[in-house]
Amino acid sequence: MAAHRCCFPVWLFILCSFSLFIIAGSQETTVAPEQHASVLDNPQTAAETAEQTAGESGGVEERRWEGTEVRDAAAQKQAEPAVLQPTPQPKDDFQEELVVRPLHSGDIYASFQFRTLWETDFMRGNKVSHYRLFPKSLGQVISKFSVRELHISFTQGYWRTMQWGQPYLPSPPGAELWVWFQDSVTDVDATWKELTNVLSGIFCASLNFIDSTNTVQPSASFKPLGIGNVTDHRFLRYATLPREIVCTENLTPWKKLLPCGSKAGLAVLLKSEKLFHSSFHSQAVHIRPVCQDWQCKTTSWELRQTLNVVFDLHNSGQGKREWSLFKMFSRTLTEACPLASSSKIYIDITDNPEGEQFELSPATSLLSQAMVLGDRRTFSVYDLTQQDTFGSVRSLNLLIRWKSTEGDMLRPLLHAERYVAGYGLQTGEIHTLMYNHHPYRSFPVLLLDSVPWYLRLYIHTLTVTSKGKDNKPSYIHYQPSKDRVRPHLLEMLVQLPPNSVTEVTVQFERALLKWTEYTPDPNHGFYVGSSVISSLVPSTVAMDTNSTRERPLFSSFFPCKEESSYFVRVYTEPLLVNLPTPDFSMPYNVICLTCTVVAVGYGSLYNLLTRSFQIEEPSPGLAKRIANVIRKMRGVPPL
Amino acid sequence: MGLLSDPNRRRALINLLTRLNAPICVVCYMAGVAWFMGLAFEPFTLRTYMSENAMGSTMVEERFPSGERAVATGREFAAHKKKVSGMPVEWLVKTMQARGLEVYTQRFSRTLPFPDENKERYMVKGTNVYGILRAPRAPRTEALVLSAPCTPGDNNNQAVGLLLGLAQYFRNQIYWAKDIIFLVNDHDLIGMQAWLEGYHHTNTTGMDWSPLQGRGGSIQAALSLELSSDVVTSMDLVLEGLNGQLPNLDLANLFYAFCQKIGVLCTIQGKLQRNDWDSVSGYSHAVQTMMLMVMKQASGRPWGDHGLFLRYHIEAATIKGINSFRQYKTDATTIGRLLEGMYRKLNNLLERLHQSYFFYLMPSLSHFVSIGYYMPAFGLLAVILLLRALDLWVQLATPPPTTEDGIADIEQVRHAHSSSPGVLSVLTPLVISHLTGAALYMLPIRFQEMAVEHFPVSETEAVVLTAIAVYTLLTIIGTEQGWRVLKLVALLYLAVLLGCTALINFSLGFILALTLVPAAAFVTPHVPKVLSAFVLVILSPACTLLFSVFFFQELQEMPVSFLDGWLLYLSVISQGILDHFLYGSLVYPLIALLVYPCWLLFWNILFWK
Repeated sequence: MAAHRCCFPVWLFILCSFSLFIIAGSQETTVAPEQHASVLDNPQTAAETAEQTAGESGGVEERRWEGTEVRDAAAQKQAEPAVLQPTPQPKDDFQEELVVRPLHSGDIYASFQFRTLWETDFMRGNKVSHYRLFPKSLGQVISKFSVRELHISFTQGYWRTMQWGQPYLPSPPGAELWVWFQDSVTDVDATWKELTNVLSGIFCASLNFIDSTNTVQPSASFKPLGIGNVTDHRFLRYATLPREIVCTENLTPWKKLLPCGSKAGLAVLLKSEKLFHSSFHSQAVHIRPVCQDWQCKTTSWELRQTLNVVFDLHNSGQGKREWSLFKMFSRTLTEACPLASSSKIYIDITDNPEGEQFELSPATSLLSQAMVLGDRRTFSVYDLTQQDTFGSVRSLNLLIRWKSTEGDMLRPLLHAERYVAGYGLQTGEIHTLMYNHHPYRSFPVLLLDSVPWYLRLYIHTLTVTSKGKDNKPSYIHYQPSKDRVRPHLLEMLVQLPPNSVTEVTVQFERALLKWTEYTPDPNHGFYVGSSVISSLVPSTVAMDTNSTRERPLFSSFFPCKEESSYFVRVYTEPLLVNLPTPDFSMPYNVICLTCTVVAVGYGSLYNLLTRSFQIEEPSPGLAKRIANVIRKMRGVPPL
Repeated sequence: MGLLSDPNRRRALINLLTRLNAPICVVCYMAGVAWFMGLAFEPFTLRTYMSENAMGSTMVEERFPSGERAVATGREFAAHKKKVSGMPVEWLVKTMQARGLEVYTQRFSRTLPFPDENKERYMVKGTNVYGILRAPRAPRTEALVLSAPCTPGDNNNQAVGLLLGLAQYFRNQIYWAKDIIFLVNDHDLIGMQAWLEGYHHTNTTGMDWSPLQGRGGSIQAALSLELSSDVVTSMDLVLEGLNGQLPNLDLANLFYAFCQKIGVLCTIQGKLQRNDWDSVSGYSHAVQTMMLMVMKQASGRPWGDHGLFLRYHIEAATIKGINSFRQYKTDATTIGRLLEGMYRKLNNLLERLHQSYFFYLMPSLSHFVSIGYYMPAFGLLAVILLLRALDLWVQLATPPPTTEDGIADIEQVRHAHSSSPGVLSVLTPLVISHLTGAALYMLPIRFQEMAVEHFPVSETEAVVLTAIAVYTLLTIIGTEQGWRVLKLVALLYLAVLLGCTALINFSLGFILALTLVPAAAFVTPHVPKVLSAFVLVILSPACTLLFSVFFFQELQEMPVSFLDGWLLYLSVISQGILDHFLYGSLVYPLIALLVYPCWLLFWNILFWK
């Protein structure tokens, strides 16, 4: 199947030109329209290939394989309307799924994806007023602000790459928002400002704190994920709020955007008291235009709502090392969302082919394979639209029981960390470390750093070293900050040598703010958002060239482009930097002291300086004065 | 100022100050000392109170259950330590990993400038092990540190055991908002220095360390634990850090509050608190406690592993378990609960500890003296120098008493103005005495390279004595005006020097002022030479240090004989030099480069001809 895809020249072309900006986020590979289209065009081939693979993998013959990378949308559309939708031509479609991945560390990762597709056009002047599955609030936002693509994420916690591997959808701690506007927008900054305020209301978040001091226009790191090839970064705005705290009040409006709300389907599981009792929580909304069919004559809008959560082994699994839907979410599943055309649960069982790591119940015979993040993963699939999934008790409670102990740390091919070096409140140094753990392949990464203006970067001190040697970036885009107006923006394309650590350091000076500019808790420190590292990482599948995988020999000589590398975005941790902070009880003391100094010191000094000193003659005696008066009356000069 | 704009009244004031100069100085000195002694009197001091809101009103329930298991872990640690005769790195890594921490190690090595005879080490190589408990849903921006040193011998095993026990317990809790770093540092302070330098990626002392792999953001507070017995009678709080820096008073308040709540006996400077402040013994107890703090602070060395954190603006303290012959014992579970409570409150912090005082003295754990109260004591001493300087200034400005011959008088005045005896005759002794100071700073290490056998305290002594000898021989011949100008400069120099020192490290400034101010005030070329020279030597910085050593031993209720005291004195000097080279303590350079030359200037004045 992969080889089949590779033969599309368009696909190759796109890969070459935008090779860095392709997401291979999930197994639902709607990444590039062509790719999607390619399979849509030839669904039979895809199915055949899948069957072939299944047939070759000898031991699992009793299992049924399913080509899940591609949803046979056309077929579903024909099937669904008969049941749900009496109108002849439904233009929208809703899918929901949950992926559960038992993590290496014993924790468990649950990723929800809800996808609404709607074949409509907000832009061409025709006013869209009838909404069915697509949330009206977002539709209005798209048409009013001429948004071409919108990506917003709220994250509480930090994704621990070293223990958990790569996430399906990366996001930085706090809130992140990036938007591509249509090229018809004239005043992008004003639109952006208005948009953030509206989104702030929709998601109950402090997005209204996004202003020019934390907005940047990355030149290369964030490319459109939907159709269209406008890459003029004047229409792009990117901002993060690392301090944003995500809680129930952000979850509720997010759930309200779903067609079934939290009444039915997978969204039943989203109970906030359990979701926020976890190690990591991230929710996101992605809106982008995608092709409707392979010819791409019509476009449709895709709204993808994702929610990722990691449950901690130690906090909840006291003694018993087992997980169940009920334990994780304090709910079980009884039905799919009636509006959904597909509703599935995937359990990643790749590391557990013979059931030696954990035990999964109830067992399912449905299996699926997909390329996820450069690795071929196997999933057990539970289809909630099938009634027999729920069994006789009419409810589905998946159970994972661990058998082995937790493992050591992982060595993901790419990971990064960042910290502030130095001490004192005058200067400091930001260190960004990027690890390439690939044994023999070097690859380029794009590093994006957006630093607030109150850390004055000394860009001449920028050094990039790997393996003790200077590593010259092939591309640097630096936009200096302006005090109180805009942040620093630093983008670099750096080649990471194999099996190495690349260290990027830059010194900065801490600015002294005006006293009204301090936050109410200035001694907490000031946040610097995460660095963003985007890269095309050579995949692990391509690494084992002499693998014993059951693949035909003819398919494995040339590394296939699609499998040879995959897109990864890594966010570093945000920084908390202390700025020189005045003692805010001091103004009172200062006023007292100043008044005293002015009153006593300045007053008398001024007096001394301006007074003219004269030697005073002793005053004449009384007799003399009388005599002078008499002499004055007489008209003679006085004595 | 109004007073000054009137020439008559100004003259009268100056007359008063010059005429009554000596008595005023004596009164100031006595008042300064009396003020200082009064600081320990309880009615004059303030009760401690929690200033930080985030730690004040929140309720914390301590539930740490597994003290016994922690003690058992401590025994296991001891066994492994004995087996590898050093830090059992592998065992620690495995144990920490089993408790669900992210574990990292750091290797470091350091060659001391000369062998440390107290701890018997010269080439130090070691490994720090630390595990990070990642707070759920926190973005790695803030961290707290709990450390326990891995000391040779049988000490501190229980501290490591309790640290691991707490790690296990903390790991299962959901409420952490800050990462918690559990650190076991090798070679106590050297390991801690290496770890802190690695964490902040600085290198101030030329140590070799391997870079750290895992971090937890900016460290908000740290506690260092020292525990050498399964049960303790009391917990002692150590605050004094490098260069006399102290952590925020709220950290001490927190410790005191939890000791009260849990019912653990708590001490500071190893002294329990007494309630009979109105009796003589109660007062002297408070004075002893405060004087111990002053002596420790003045030494400028870190009195526990926490001392090195303070440079990085991390509030830190050391908590020591003391086991003495009392009936009342506290077990490891209670200590664990004490620490749990403290960490939970620190975890609640929204900002760094900043609300309370950074400059304070503690006559007992429940009372403190803030900077506003103790500074006048130093001010009264420092004003003596200014008064003496004023006196000299007036003497220099007014012409000598008029002779019969008016012309000669004018000549003399003109001579006094034109030749300006100051510059050259002042510059020479200034330069020479500073060169001597520089020699005193450099030579001990330089000599060491020649004589490798042991620490050359004798050489230092030789340097000091030669310098003094040089000065007695090399008497500078100058005019009457000359020594006055020199003394004026020396007085102002000393005033500025002591003032700056007292701002940074009050105790050091005060102790130096106590001895140097009288010497500076009385010395002139016209006093009896032998007696004055003897007094001046008694009041020199070196002798101050010697007396301090004896006094400190006396305060700790461990009096020593003169010979032992002398040996202790030599080791204190070597420790001071080591502290400077290993951790960047500033006391040794301050004494050698600034205070000692200043004292030499006064010596110079005494032998002026």
